[in-house]
Amino acid sequence: MISFHKVTKQYNGQPAIAEVSLEIPDSEFVFVVGPSGAGKSTILKLIIREELPSRGKVFVDEWDIANLSDQLIPHLRRKVGTVFQDFKLLPQRTVYENIAFPLEIVGLGDAEIDSNVREVLELINLAGKADHFPQQLSGGEAQKVAIARAMILRPEILLADEPTGNLDPQSAWEIMQLLAKLNDLGTTVIMATHNMDISSSLPHRKIHLMEGRLVKDTKDKKGKKEEN
Amino acid sequence: MKSLPRLAKTTSQRIVRNPQQAFAAIFVMFLTFFSLAGFILIFAGSNTLLSYFESRPQVTAFFKDDTKVEQIDDLKSSLNETGKISKLKYISKEEALAIYKERNKNEPILLEFVTADILPASLEVSATDVKDLSSIAEILKNEQSVEEVVFQKDIVDTLIAWTSTIRTAGAGLVIFLLVTSFFITLIVIGLNISIHKEEIEIMRLVGATKWYIRTPFIFEGVFYGVTSAILATTAVWGALLWFSPVLQKIFAGIPLFPVPTKIFFLLLAGEMLIGILIGITGAYIATRRYLKV
Repeated sequence: MISFHKVTKQYNGQPAIAEVSLEIPDSEFVFVVGPSGAGKSTILKLIIREELPSRGKVFVDEWDIANLSDQLIPHLRRKVGTVFQDFKLLPQRTVYENIAFPLEIVGLGDAEIDSNVREVLELINLAGKADHFPQQLSGGEAQKVAIARAMILRPEILLADEPTGNLDPQSAWEIMQLLAKLNDLGTTVIMATHNMDISSSLPHRKIHLMEGRLVKDTKDKKGKKEEN
Repeated sequence: MKSLPRLAKTTSQRIVRNPQQAFAAIFVMFLTFFSLAGFILIFAGSNTLLSYFESRPQVTAFFKDDTKVEQIDDLKSSLNETGKISKLKYISKEEALAIYKERNKNEPILLEFVTADILPASLEVSATDVKDLSSIAEILKNEQSVEEVVFQKDIVDTLIAWTSTIRTAGAGLVIFLLVTSFFITLIVIGLNISIHKEEIEIMRLVGATKWYIRTPFIFEGVFYGVTSAILATTAVWGALLWFSPVLQKIFAGIPLFPVPTKIFFLLLAGEMLIGILIGITGAYIATRRYLKV
């Protein structure tokens, strides 16, 4: 469960998000939508504690993000996988090595790393490109590798910041299918996007942001309907 | 924490991919350790030199060639009567020749034309109290049969003044170089951190701990320290062996050579320890300063 209680984040006195309150239960697929500068990325950065709230509280399960000790931050980031629009793959490492990277960090042995990485490569249909470098991949393939790297530690939550932003429609659709598959397996997926075509084509909950304020949450709407 | 082979691989990759920086760091640290080892050997040598001169007879009087044995005996008696003498030793011309031959036994050319006639007889005098040396030297200088008086205290005082100057200047230079090495390590690792900024950012995002990110940089600092310490100690030792024949001639009779091999290993261990400390501290401060983990 992720929850925001009246969260404001300011940069140089200017609010990126203001008074945002929301809750995201486990295993939900949520779109955070809105135009550029609406505060979508700020929401994701607060969840992985790349930023601290200026006011209000952010919780990931029982962890109060603002009061998280330095020792627990790496644990939070293993619990929450992240995917970026620009992939953030390590250019000097192969596909295999990029996916293996988080497993090295948690100290797994070579044999265990190998079996995990091979399994994930099969899942994303890139087993044949294990020895390729990121610059040898298409945008869609690179994003699949980034998702595989984010998922290799089997995090409970996956944050995707404009994951289809740099992709052609076909690749974008493949990425959406992959994210949906991960959600079916029980992962909470929070995807920030300004692409209304993608978000509106899927039935999942949508949190609309505008100039840092939460203007619409389809869960609330659904909830109200249910109450009626 | 990373496993050791993985850590070694990461560190070696970073060094190999930035050879100029690694060379700069190792070169500056090499200069530091070379100077340090050089000065340590000079300190040790000057101590041996001082002990040697301090243990020598404190005043030596060289006699004129025509001095009679009776004159020397009279002089010995008058010196003994002062009550200030702890030891008197007469070295005849023949004994002087024997000593000369022994010292130059490996140089036949030097022995060829030397006979007992051209070497002076001498009297080596040690005083019970160092304070009395000046008055003893005065007595010897006033003696007609004495050609020259060598006052050991003058040599020792000059040596002390020289070694003290060398020590102060050496210590100053070594401290300066140590500080420079420390900052060079800090800058090189800082640069390396900025080169790997993207990798570090991704490491943070996928949940790497501070120490997981820091350790390869600290290993890198230790590598610079250890490598330069080994290179510098070996170079100083090589230079010492190379110049040994020349130095042995200059310091003939003084027990400076051969320098025990044990000293090489002590130097190596000491310099490696300092190298490791500089590497660890420099890298730790660089990672604290530049790594926003």
